[in-house]
Amino acid sequence: MTLIKVKDFYKIYQMGLTEVRALNGVTMEIQENEYLAIMGQSGSGKSTLMNLIGCLDTPTSGDYYLDGVNVALMSDDELAMIRNKQIGFVFQTFNLLPKSSALRNVELPLIYSGIYSKEERMKMALIAIEKVGLGDRMHHKPNELSGGQRQRVAIARALVNNPAIILADEPTGNLDSKTGVEIMSLFDELHKIGHTIILVTHEDEIAKHAHRTIHLVDGKISKDENIK
Amino acid sequence: MKQIVQSIRDAFSMAIEAIQDNRLRSILTLFGMIVGVFAIIAVMTAIRTLETSINSGLNIFGSNVIYIQKSPAIQMGDHASRRKYWRRPNITYDMGEELKSRMVSAEWVSIGDDRGGIVVKAGKYKTNPNVVVSGVDEFGLEVSNGSLSAGRNIIHEDVAYGRRVVLIGKTVLNKVFPYSDPIDKKILINGISYRVVGIIEPKGELFGNDQDNVVIIPITSYLQYFSHSHTSLGISVKAPSAEDFDAVKEEASDQMRIVRALQPNEENNFEMITNDSLIETFGAFTAGIKMFAFAVSIIALIVAGIGIMNIMLVSVTERIKEIGIRKAIGATRNNILFQFLLEAVFLSLLGGIIGVILGVLAGNGISLIMTVKPVVPMDWVFIGLGVCSAIGVIFGIYPAYKAASLDPIESLRFE
Ligand SMILES: Nc1ncnc2c1ncn2[C@@H]1O[C@H](COP(=O)(O)OP(=O)(O)OP(=O)(O)O)[C@@H](O)[C@H]1O
Ligand SMILES: [Mg+2]
Repeated sequence: MTLIKVKDFYKIYQMGLTEVRALNGVTMEIQENEYLAIMGQSGSGKSTLMNLIGCLDTPTSGDYYLDGVNVALMSDDELAMIRNKQIGFVFQTFNLLPKSSALRNVELPLIYSGIYSKEERMKMALIAIEKVGLGDRMHHKPNELSGGQRQRVAIARALVNNPAIILADEPTGNLDSKTGVEIMSLFDELHKIGHTIILVTHEDEIAKHAHRTIHLVDGKISKDENIK
Repeated sequence: MKQIVQSIRDAFSMAIEAIQDNRLRSILTLFGMIVGVFAIIAVMTAIRTLETSINSGLNIFGSNVIYIQKSPAIQMGDHASRRKYWRRPNITYDMGEELKSRMVSAEWVSIGDDRGGIVVKAGKYKTNPNVVVSGVDEFGLEVSNGSLSAGRNIIHEDVAYGRRVVLIGKTVLNKVFPYSDPIDKKILINGISYRVVGIIEPKGELFGNDQDNVVIIPITSYLQYFSHSHTSLGISVKAPSAEDFDAVKEEASDQMRIVRALQPNEENNFEMITNDSLIETFGAFTAGIKMFAFAVSIIALIVAGIGIMNIMLVSVTERIKEIGIRKAIGATRNNILFQFLLEAVFLSLLGGIIGVILGVLAGNGISLIMTVKPVVPMDWVFIGLGVCSAIGVIFGIYPAYKAASLDPIESLRFE
């Protein structure tokens, strides 16, 4: 089933007199439970595309159907709800709240989901944090954790609401290769249990985990191939 | 309903976390609120303690007594108006006697006066020169709302014959008769010998004045030894009951005009004072202080409010990244708005509560000095806290709105 359908995506930044076409007409479809890697050189528009898919940003023009619904027509609050329930975002720089414990960071999306029972939230957050193997570190703050552990917290936060789609923008970019492999095996598992995974990387080793790769060049898809 | 309570609780705990995470900034904000609320609560508490003592404890005169004297009880005004009062003819003993014989509706009419700076001696014991000597007739004790704890009152014959007999107050008693029973003993009042016939029931202090540092003698004897050319007496008129009070007051005024030989077009050259009029005068006096304290507090609170706004704005710019993260994981505009607004309100309320506590303590410091009962002005406590919340909302809304309007992508990219 088609989960994501992007049509003629343009993202144009006007920088004084020159315009930067971060996305220059991207059209693609992503099926349910796909494992997709977006590749390309620095500046090719990978992050821009991810942010649009993640409903963090809106395109200059183009249509975006998520689960059959046209996201381009949605209000800010509706987009917030999608970010909260249907999409889990994992960033290169982790983006955790520095002064909150790992558990609190994982709990946070549930507060915005309107789960008003603290007990219920704690139960869900604990399940998520156990899933990424951090049960023994849940009361630590981000600066008391290693980079790999931080990324695990971020992944737990991304999956706590059991979203259909998990987006990861260079999730291993700030980690050494051994830790990177550990993180990637987490994504492999998430894919196995049914999540749709889209990740951005420029490392071939990382991209090999995916089943399909899309290559971007100057804001356009240059190559779209199934590798498994 | 339950959900609203829960979500307020969640936002509340987030606000507390944020305040803990930004401790120094929070303390600075609190400081402004504390000062503003402290000012108004301290002044209001102080005035309230005075009011309570005025309205309950302070019945200077006995019930249903009208007091007539030359000048007003509390004189506010310029030099000229004070000279006007001073120039009025003195009230003499003869005038008092004449009014006494003219009044028909009064239960009694009493004449009296007092002066301070008196020394009392008995044997080797001696007071400081700060005793008040009071000249009265047989109604004098009732006029001043006093009673005896031992001995007898001054009687009509004491006044008629100018007897040198005296009632003494507790403070004087303790000074000059520390070990012995004073009744029928001799004391010297400014060197003149009197016989003690009664002891006055202690009254305690009023506005820091010891009301028991007194001796009371017959008015005739007082006029003989303690009056001078400026002495102007006071006349008290007692109405038989509260219902007759206004009528008696009117008769006293009419008769006093005749005694003072006033023409119909002339204004009264005497003052009529009652417990009620004293309370009224005091009310007018405190209203001025209240207004002033109110103005000071409003200014302090507005300054504190601007302080809160400033600090919240700084807080928003410092936390752009945090706002971006929250939005990325699903926070709506309203979530963010509510969070920052609640933080501002919580901060200002916390400051308000501390200010109220300090203000009540400071305000009651006055009650210690004045030896009146401490009070907590609940109405002002609630007004103060209400104003604090309002200030939190008013000055917190702009920073909160700014935070809520941030673009998620740009705030995430913010370093
Ligand atoms: N807010 C912005 N204003 C102006 N130009 C922007 C903005 N965001 C992105 N761009 C431009 O759009 C282009 C694509 O940027 P994007 O971040 O998508 O690249 P990327 O493929 O993720 O690169 P990298 O691998 O370095 O992360 C770049 O040329 C970038 O300079
Ligand atoms: Mg990028």
